[in-house]
Amino acid sequence: MSGTYLGMPAFPRAAEMSTRDTQLRANLTHATHTIRDKRAKAVAELDDWAQLRAAGAALKDRTLRHLDHYLERLEAAVTAAGGQVHWAADADEANRIVTRLVRETGETEVVKVKSMATQEIGLNEALAEAGIRAYETDLAELIVQLGHDLPSHILVPAIHRNRSEIRDIFRREMGSWGRPAPEGLTDSPAELAEAARLHLREKFLSAKVGISGANFMVAETGTLVVVESEGNGRMCLTLPETLISVVGIEKVVPSWQDLEVFLQLLPRSSTAERMNPYTSMWTGTTDGDGPRTFHLVLLDNGRTDTLADTVGRQALRCIRCSACLNVCPVYERAGGHAYGSPYPGPIGAILTPQLRGMEGSLEASLPYASSLCGACYEVCPVAIDIPEVLVHLRERVVEGGPVTRGGARTVLKPAKGHAAERAAMRAAAWAFDHPDALRSGMRLAARTRRLHPQRLPGPGRAWSRTRDLPTVPAESFRDWWQRTRGTASERGIWPEHGTSSEQRGDAE
Amino acid sequence: MRVALFVTCINDMLHPRTGQAVVALLERLGVEVGFPAEQSCCGQPQYNTGYRHATEPLVRRFDRAFRDYEYVVTPSGSCAAMVRDNYSRIGAKAAAEGRGRGLIDAAAVAVPKTYELTEFLVDVLKVEDVGAYYPHTVTYHPTCHGLRILGLGDRPRRLLEHVKGLELRELPGAEECCGFGGTFAVKNPAVSAAMGADKVRNVIGTGAEAVCAVDNSCLLHIGGTLTRQGSAVRPVHIAEILASTEGSAW
Repeated sequence: MSGTYLGMPAFPRAAEMSTRDTQLRANLTHATHTIRDKRAKAVAELDDWAQLRAAGAALKDRTLRHLDHYLERLEAAVTAAGGQVHWAADADEANRIVTRLVRETGETEVVKVKSMATQEIGLNEALAEAGIRAYETDLAELIVQLGHDLPSHILVPAIHRNRSEIRDIFRREMGSWGRPAPEGLTDSPAELAEAARLHLREKFLSAKVGISGANFMVAETGTLVVVESEGNGRMCLTLPETLISVVGIEKVVPSWQDLEVFLQLLPRSSTAERMNPYTSMWTGTTDGDGPRTFHLVLLDNGRTDTLADTVGRQALRCIRCSACLNVCPVYERAGGHAYGSPYPGPIGAILTPQLRGMEGSLEASLPYASSLCGACYEVCPVAIDIPEVLVHLRERVVEGGPVTRGGARTVLKPAKGHAAERAAMRAAAWAFDHPDALRSGMRLAARTRRLHPQRLPGPGRAWSRTRDLPTVPAESFRDWWQRTRGTASERGIWPEHGTSSEQRGDAE
Repeated sequence: MRVALFVTCINDMLHPRTGQAVVALLERLGVEVGFPAEQSCCGQPQYNTGYRHATEPLVRRFDRAFRDYEYVVTPSGSCAAMVRDNYSRIGAKAAAEGRGRGLIDAAAVAVPKTYELTEFLVDVLKVEDVGAYYPHTVTYHPTCHGLRILGLGDRPRRLLEHVKGLELRELPGAEECCGFGGTFAVKNPAVSAAMGADKVRNVIGTGAEAVCAVDNSCLLHIGGTLTRQGSAVRPVHIAEILASTEGSAW
């Protein structure tokens, strides 16, 4: 597996493979439980967390409602500060723009700040095709890149790797990308960090072009913001001559004052820190300090289509903290790769199908990659009701309906493979709305209960592979009620069904 | 006080003893219980799988069945959560699709009077000691919808702590989903089974004789996993514990 998510199998199949990987599950369980406990403590320190969360959600919603306005303000401010703004409708256009900008510098190597947007569009692969090598400088992204791997977590892309795996990757791969790993490298965290530091230092000092994303863009001043833990991003943002930032259009906030809310919500939710160790902000260009050329590539790539969906649009509030991943029991067992996108976990399950469309089998399977336990909604710092959006998208899968794709309204057909289920659901709903028929069915099931198999064929096999089926009791509740208190029932006493002797027979 | 029992389809078909326990318990506490036979399913399996339109007749049916009652009590956190959290949503969407306000009105009637059993006992009847006797070690699994949608908090625990003879054992990782999730258990069987296995390992680790919850659907999954593993730990609905007395073990 390397470089691209294309051709990923649908979630249930991918997850079936990953749940068998006991090392992966141990790594994930350890990491997610550690970080979720720390997050809970960090959040509990603030007595106004609920208000902060509501403020974050409201700020994002208001900005999204007037997104065109704030993006135009942002463009004017960035341009006035000496930057250049480029608009990219989709991944291909963004990749073409960035490739052209790098080519214009004459360079064939770039250093990168960890960025979800460039993962989303597959920028590194597009640059590689153009003969440009992109070096990831975030420690976890470096591990993923050296390992010819894919990220599996938003905050900790190499969360699926343990220390000895990382040591092996460093020893094996560092030499072909630059400075090799030191002789006799062990798996102690300090040694691994030092090896990465030495390897990366060469890149920072030689690179002429840096590529970043941004956590926030402030419309009023044209300021971009990156928060990080290691400081590698700050090196990339300040040392190169040219800086290219690729940012999703939903990352804009109206004013500096709004940052006050988000810079409290984000670090506590993601790294369980009161404040992130590095907060870098840059506004256009400044003579004699930092990059001399600054390009901002504003990325749509399905975002305005998502905005058109009044329920689904709340996914665009996401500030990429990954708190939902760390509490998700499904993510913990399936691992990040099963979600087939750089956005794994609960947020990925609602974001990916909306950004990419739901025609693909992977995308149509993602809304079902949840038990709807609600833990993700509970921790989300901007109150995205992920279960609500999951159910909303499930409806799109099974019933189809109006959606916006490429800016135009279109009607989505129901996904293939749900015909039998749809028939079963309709039959069940019909039976539940016709209690007489339902009661007959229940009595039949009770009479034949000694014949029921312990293992089921068809879709039921999935249940009975690991779990015993319940035994059908001799008498349903409603038959018991009628037998013992028949006349007390106010309505619909089923006069047309059954005699009392039959019921005694059922009850054995 | 006249109260309607919404027994739920799963309890009706597979766990009638839970419904009988609720009747016994409420009558012991002096409540007059009715069972409108017109009731059926809350519509959750359809709604949560994406078949919202199929749930609309069931919302109407719920309204018809329980219209004459002041309270609807159900021994299921997840079915109560379906009514309370989703009926208004279903109504609003139907109205937005031009099918009138009927479902909005039905939801407005159903939502405020629908209670999960333990919140009805604690919030409406204001009782925590229901006079139960259950001489067993029990561990409590707080189900997701009871915990996060209804916000049951420590109500079930408070009820259990007042049960004579009962020894409550802490369940590690209690607030994690057991992995049932309705059709999730069939659509993502590997992940569901992995979640169930972890839950069951924690349950067995407590050494309790029984695992208790406010929902038989979760207990169906936990219990099915337990018996497949040959464990003797019994799944038991909280209503059946609360209905037990020194005079008659449930």
